[in-house]
Amino acid sequence: MLQTKGEKVFQIAAHVVMIVETICVILPFLLLIMSSFTDENELVAHGYSFWPNKFSIEAYKYLIKKGTSIFRAYGLTVAATVIGTTLHLLMGSMMAFSLALKKLPGRKFFSFYVFFTMLFSGGLVPTYLTYTNAFHIKNTFLALVVPYLMLSAIHVLLMRSFFVSSIPDAIYEAAEIDGAGLLTTYTKIVLPLGKPILVTIGLFAGLDYWNDWLNGLYFMSDQKMYGIQTLLYRILEDIRTLASSAMGSAAATSIKIPSVSIRMAIAFVAIIPIIMIYPFLQKYFQEGIALGAVKG
Amino acid sequence: MKIQQAESQARPVRRVSHRRGRSRYLFKKWAPAYLLMLPGLIYFFINNYIPMTGIVVAFKKYKVSTGIYGSPWNGLKNFEYLFATNDAFTITRNTLCYNLAFILVNMALGVLFAIFITEIKNKYAKKVYQSAVLFPFLISIIIVSYIVFGFLSVDNGMINKSILSPLGLEGVAWYTEKKYWPFILVFVNSWKEVGYSCLIYIAGITGIDDAFYEAAKIDGAGKLRQIWSITLPCLLPTIITIVLLNVGRVFYSNFGLFYQVPMNSGSLFDVTNTIDTYVYRSLMKIGNIGMASAAGFYQSIVGFFLVLFSNTVVRRISPDNALF
Repeated sequence: MLQTKGEKVFQIAAHVVMIVETICVILPFLLLIMSSFTDENELVAHGYSFWPNKFSIEAYKYLIKKGTSIFRAYGLTVAATVIGTTLHLLMGSMMAFSLALKKLPGRKFFSFYVFFTMLFSGGLVPTYLTYTNAFHIKNTFLALVVPYLMLSAIHVLLMRSFFVSSIPDAIYEAAEIDGAGLLTTYTKIVLPLGKPILVTIGLFAGLDYWNDWLNGLYFMSDQKMYGIQTLLYRILEDIRTLASSAMGSAAATSIKIPSVSIRMAIAFVAIIPIIMIYPFLQKYFQEGIALGAVKG
Repeated sequence: MKIQQAESQARPVRRVSHRRGRSRYLFKKWAPAYLLMLPGLIYFFINNYIPMTGIVVAFKKYKVSTGIYGSPWNGLKNFEYLFATNDAFTITRNTLCYNLAFILVNMALGVLFAIFITEIKNKYAKKVYQSAVLFPFLISIIIVSYIVFGFLSVDNGMINKSILSPLGLEGVAWYTEKKYWPFILVFVNSWKEVGYSCLIYIAGITGIDDAFYEAAKIDGAGKLRQIWSITLPCLLPTIITIVLLNVGRVFYSNFGLFYQVPMNSGSLFDVTNTIDTYVYRSLMKIGNIGMASAAGFYQSIVGFFLVLFSNTVVRRISPDNALF
């Protein structure tokens, strides 16, 4: 079919708008990446730029040689992400499986128990006091894994509705007739068949763990226990403190402040995993939305 | 708890009557299900339900030594202090106004981008645009604050050094000038978040029946006309749903966006302080648990009713998308 003139104009307009948006997204990341590869003197003289006059990989050399505290933080984040996501999926799928059993006595009550956590929240103060005073998780690795992130009501409910709608009742019944107990049904039938939703939820949860800096902010006073995002936060916070204390007394700050290029290198290193799995992430994000993650 | 109840009902006795035999059978059958649920139930109890009861701290004069429940009652004192300050008004205004701006901008841009992306014929370009739009959504707000700092840093930020200075203009002290921040925050927020709503709208547009467009073409309707008379009306329920679900959350704000992107700068508090940043600062920086918990209580209660309200409306419009 021939393209009308109006249609052509529309296509051009659409491309122009979307190209502008794409540039708006790419340029900031370019700034981040380029400044990590910029010579430090150049940065001081000419500031951050999209294309430096003088490239340098000093920042990365420094990170490899002297970045033990950064590697530590990175390692903690990796560990929290792996352990946390595993627990999130395990606890979530077990719970969702039980809630998906239509004849389970008390099913309604338990569903509401999960669901109500989405409506009402005690807020930061009681949560903070509970975790620190009753459970004493301050400065422990648990603080990176447990609060807020280890399970999410919306994820449990999404998994439940997937188990209900995508796994036919006949399969459950067949398993029961064959004498399979609920545990067997869970491990042998629901987990394998629920793979699409498990991957999607796993990615959401993993991303939340990877990007989390609040648990470190709330529950860690020992800098050795910071994850990478909290460490990055702290570095920027120290720069601000330094700038606002008139004479810039270094005593006011606790971490030795890394130069601009090193800072940006740390930030870049922190988003590399996301860039690497982005195609995968994107695919499952779209599927998640199709599954009803809209509410998330 | 309910499990224990179920267990005690099902506890086997020596002489098994018909009824009891049945409940024993039921217990044996369902016990694994309760067991599988148990870790999750305990987690929600600790992470959500204990803090929910802890909300009474707002009515107490909190002492570390006695904990939440042992501290003496304080009536409405904490609230009197909170609402006697200007802060209560400022944080409510900021939280509400920013959220409304975010909802409107993200809706408008999200729908616009979604329409363009679905209409664009070049498959490769389509993919690139779609990937670009979503990417910032996946990045932590801390990284975003680094990027913003790269642009706005007073001494060597990109804007002061490479744009204003070559033009012969004086650099702006971005982190102390509050007049720019409403725009910066709205911009940064939509830069980061628009991809998500855009994806939802794309899913909505893809679901529209092609037959409508075919019929419109036969009737000689141009592209704009098709968008106006088919795409937008068909997308309207989705749009309203998303907007309402967000309206249910207007009392909550993205803490990182308001705390770390403006670098926790004191001279900007007037335009960057929201309920969440206020609670955090009162609790952690100032150590005023009374004020913090009063503001938190205010947020929880109003937030709860807003969610109920928005959900009631969503249920009328599109029951599938209602939370309950």
